[in-house]
Amino acid sequence: MGKTFLIVAEARNGKLRRVALETIRAAKLAGEDGDRIEAAIIGHEVDAFAQELAGYGVDRVTAVDHPDLAHYNPETYFPALAAVLDAVRPDAVFFGHTAIGRDLAPKAAAHLNAGQISDVVALEKDADGLAFTRPIYAGKAFETKRFTAGPLVVTFRPNNLPAAEAVSGPRAEAAQIPYAPPADLRAFVKDVVRKTSGKVDLTEARIVVSGGRGVKSADGFRVLERLAEVLGAAVGASRGACDAGYCDYALQIGQTGKVVTPDLYIACGISGAIQHLAGMSQSRVIVAINKDPEAPIFKVADYGIVGDLFEVVPLLTEEFRKALAEGGG
Amino acid sequence: MNVVVLLKQTFDTEEKIVIRDGTVSQDGVKFIINPYDEYAVEEAIRIRERHGGRVVVVSAGPERCAEALRTALAMGADEAALISDERIGGDEFAVARALAAFLKQEPFDVVLGGFFSVDNGAGQVAIRVAHLLGIPHVSSIVKLEIDGRKATALRDAEGDAETVEVSLPALFTAQQGLNEPRYPSLPGIMQAKRKPFKRLILDDLGLTEADVAPKTARVSLALPPARKAGQQLEGDPAQQAAALVRLLRTEAKVL
Repeated sequence: MGKTFLIVAEARNGKLRRVALETIRAAKLAGEDGDRIEAAIIGHEVDAFAQELAGYGVDRVTAVDHPDLAHYNPETYFPALAAVLDAVRPDAVFFGHTAIGRDLAPKAAAHLNAGQISDVVALEKDADGLAFTRPIYAGKAFETKRFTAGPLVVTFRPNNLPAAEAVSGPRAEAAQIPYAPPADLRAFVKDVVRKTSGKVDLTEARIVVSGGRGVKSADGFRVLERLAEVLGAAVGASRGACDAGYCDYALQIGQTGKVVTPDLYIACGISGAIQHLAGMSQSRVIVAINKDPEAPIFKVADYGIVGDLFEVVPLLTEEFRKALAEGGG
Repeated sequence: MNVVVLLKQTFDTEEKIVIRDGTVSQDGVKFIINPYDEYAVEEAIRIRERHGGRVVVVSAGPERCAEALRTALAMGADEAALISDERIGGDEFAVARALAAFLKQEPFDVVLGGFFSVDNGAGQVAIRVAHLLGIPHVSSIVKLEIDGRKATALRDAEGDAETVEVSLPALFTAQQGLNEPRYPSLPGIMQAKRKPFKRLILDDLGLTEADVAPKTARVSLALPPARKAGQQLEGDPAQQAAALVRLLRTEAKVL
């Protein structure tokens, strides 16, 4: 009897989050012939997302669709997920390491009496089974872990594993599970202020433009935002910039704050304190722009520019604008 | 108001990581209260200042964690408990079991923890504890107001600000910006030495070794691959900008 992998997908800003496809691919890698891969999506008006998931080579997509599930709340989402777990009886449950995944997975793990490995950046299968690699100390080191008992609960860091590709041929079976609102709702979300709508999500961005104390003011960040816009990039910041009030803590990258692994990280006016490096040193390509030639950031940068970011960044914005317009890249 | 704070001792964030004999070396390392747990301790003390009551700080770990607990007492917590038992498995499943067992024996209205620890970074334990206790949780809070049996928290969810209303008892995890933790005062440090400090093992918690066997295990550790030395781009800013764009397209192939 084969194993069943359940991936818990989510949508954000009207789109299926790409990490769902990355977890499907992870399940395919982790499984053997004869294993099942199922997907679940919880929310309101999720039919389009369920249809989309059905095209990625999974055996079944289960939707739990209800107006009470329009916005994430562990007190409503967990009962919905528990109903799916009951119906699917998975041997492994995979989530993205997103705000929802980080919040819901530990409840699922506690419910299943399961171990959980969080924030996985690499997965390998060998004779001894599955090995999951994850950063520790915000990426100053990496550990590889295995489960000593099932079921498995795993959260995968977005943008690190390859995504599954759409497959032609028969689409997945579709299932719905009715949502039973809890008799006594102990928590509810009264209000949501979207500070980052429309902009690229920092933890999933392929390119990040980041500012430090050298940006000198909230206005200074406008220069970086223009560069980010041309590149389709997300904007991040060092703790120094956040503490100085130049930007919101939501942008902070570092050992406290977010850890990002984009293809390209452009650090502007960031000195490169060890805590900041911990949050971005695994970026594929690092560019540093800083007035100070001794700034530690230059030690990890692939390309360094010693200069005034207020001179360099606008020029860079223009160069990228030209290059992307003509090069079709 | 009885407030219990889940506290973990971690390396100072300045520390470089050295791997020796397949483990992270602790030689010469400075230990601190996990920065996110520090916000939790501070918030607990503020709740007591506003509503009266008692703040208990609890940690599950080796004996050296006593220092972190004493710092919390010096900040103003009332009592400390250290669950120190080698039989407790070293993963989140096991630690959460131990902490939940402790809480089952403690009166509490509010449980506070940090959003995640700066060493392990998984952010599982507090949420597991809430689930095991059958209480609601609100994670990543930047503001907390308590009014009788109801609390209102402002939550940071990937940049969105959510206002969540929750019934007590409940568990909250602290995000950066919740407050500014106070420094222990000298009188506080002196008083801390006389505050109640319990040491507990599994038997005190009604647990067997089987109850806290881990479900995951670390099999290896590595430092990140060393980065190749980079290049400095020469010339005036216009030349540097042009060179960078060219290199990113042709050499790094990232655009």
